[in-house]
Amino acid sequence: MTTVTIDKTAPTRKVKYGSMSRDRTWALRWSYFFLAIFAIFSLTPPIYMLITSLKSSAEISAATNPWWVFHPTLENYVGLLTSNQFLRFFWNSAIVSIFVVTITMLISVPAAFALARMRFWGSTVLATGVFLTYLIPETLLFIPLFKMFAVIGDWSGIQLINRWYVLLILYPTLTVPFCTWIMIGYFASIPKELDEAAIIDGASWFQTLTRIFIPVAFPGIIAATIFAFTVSWAQFLYPLVFTTSTDQLVMPVGIITTLIKGDVFNWGQIMTGALLGAAPPLIIYAFLMDYYIAGLTAGATKG
Amino acid sequence: MADVALQSNRAAAQAARKRSSLHKMLRRKSTVAFLMTLPLILLIATLVIYPAFYALHLATLNKSMQRFVGLSNFEFLFKRETFWLVVKQSCIFAITAVIFKALLGFIIAHFVHNIPAKGQRKWRGMLLVPWVIPPAMSTLAWLWLFDPSYSAFNYTLAFFGIGPISWTGDANWARFSVILVNIWVGAPFFMIMYLAALKSVPEQLYEAAAIDGANWWQRIWYVTLPMMRNIIAITTLFSLIVTFANFDIVRILTAGGPLDHTHIFATWAFRIGIEGSDIPLGASVSLFMVPILAVAAIFILRDVNKRGNEA
Repeated sequence: MTTVTIDKTAPTRKVKYGSMSRDRTWALRWSYFFLAIFAIFSLTPPIYMLITSLKSSAEISAATNPWWVFHPTLENYVGLLTSNQFLRFFWNSAIVSIFVVTITMLISVPAAFALARMRFWGSTVLATGVFLTYLIPETLLFIPLFKMFAVIGDWSGIQLINRWYVLLILYPTLTVPFCTWIMIGYFASIPKELDEAAIIDGASWFQTLTRIFIPVAFPGIIAATIFAFTVSWAQFLYPLVFTTSTDQLVMPVGIITTLIKGDVFNWGQIMTGALLGAAPPLIIYAFLMDYYIAGLTAGATKG
Repeated sequence: MADVALQSNRAAAQAARKRSSLHKMLRRKSTVAFLMTLPLILLIATLVIYPAFYALHLATLNKSMQRFVGLSNFEFLFKRETFWLVVKQSCIFAITAVIFKALLGFIIAHFVHNIPAKGQRKWRGMLLVPWVIPPAMSTLAWLWLFDPSYSAFNYTLAFFGIGPISWTGDANWARFSVILVNIWVGAPFFMIMYLAALKSVPEQLYEAAAIDGANWWQRIWYVTLPMMRNIIAITTLFSLIVTFANFDIVRILTAGGPLDHTHIFATWAFRIGIEGSDIPLGASVSLFMVPILAVAAIFILRDVNKRGNEA
């Protein structure tokens, strides 16, 4: 890609006596041209999901032009949205995500407040530790965690494996460190005078947090909430490892394990399911793009 | 005991004083702060740090987890050809994908930065879509685009006389496919980070460079890159960690196949540890991710601390 851009833009720059505005116009045209190519590259898979989701299985197996729908039908959507199993996945995902977001905010907001404002013994070490925890990927921890929960099940009889609520324990390990980290950043940017004034007026630390810090850092809280929701909605490894019965599965794993039966791929339904699974984050993104981007880039996250 | 009973009055007074001192302690700043961070500390200790060390312990057990076998799990891995295949593929996968993501992100960020500010939001919105869709869902779309018999790509390429490519069936094409999907998912993240960095480079620097007669390449090399060095370094390191530890894309697209040629550490650890129920061996495999993660983490930490000191 670089070589192409170099070749194409170079001549426009070499015209030494050309007017500056003509230079600019060409640079602009090339920019639009390449942006269009990249946009096509970015949007091909989601658009292809949509195209396939509107096709009947007969049309898919007829191997006509895959990029066009000749006989649009909603049968895949009807099929999935009336299937109890699929609704169960959606429900599980929604419940898990909502609980995880709540747990995450309850843990990370007070912790971030304490780490940002109340210097205490070991607070800087702990802040760094939170950041380091965030760097430990879930792919490193899933095997020991699986064994740990199996052992807990044997000892205490509390069955955690293959229950959807095990995800409520697991997901916070992915969301809490990062949310704490970005909330520390947001809280640290609040002027010290604000909370000093509150303390002088006799507010307790808790009141300072709820009356001043949370309202002032509200954009940060929205961003962190969106992040926690996206991560819990999209997580694939933990539910794949820890849940197996179909009534305990969440969306991503449910779609993959139930709609793919052996070598039979029901592509129309798979694409519909994938699109419906991608819908909640996409809708949030469409309405709250700036918060979304702020949250996910604040501490330089995934990619 | 009797003593206490006799001096119940004094004891009560003492208890009251103790309670008030407890009360006072609870009101102390450091105690409040500690209580506020306690859930966080417990979470990290029990669900991150403990399992990390537990993995080390598990890696030294035999398959039925009853006997201590020392390092023989690792010895066993070193003798297996598949293991070296996984090491090679993990490195190829992570390094190639990160380089292309960074490069592509840089280029796209420049183009977005070039166009009038009014239209930037719309383009940025479209270009970020791959990064918003849960990777497991979008990889399914790629799997369908790569389908052996109904591949939409092959259908399109057939018009140019290129002929059916076995995207996930042939080892090298499968390697290409997983990297391509990873680039597709990750490049927008680089784009958004670089775009933010580009906007923070003062316009005067470019004007000065233009007056000095710098061409566009010199402007990038001598102005943009030095100004963005920090953000490029930190984004790349982060991405290296995440890409190295990737699971979703490879698992769904190829599940490690054909013949284990696209397995990376995470997917192979899953195959052995969970599907093959050899937990100790799986734990040993996943532990091989630690060295590279540690190195990247050290560099990131240095950078973060530096940033903190500057602020």
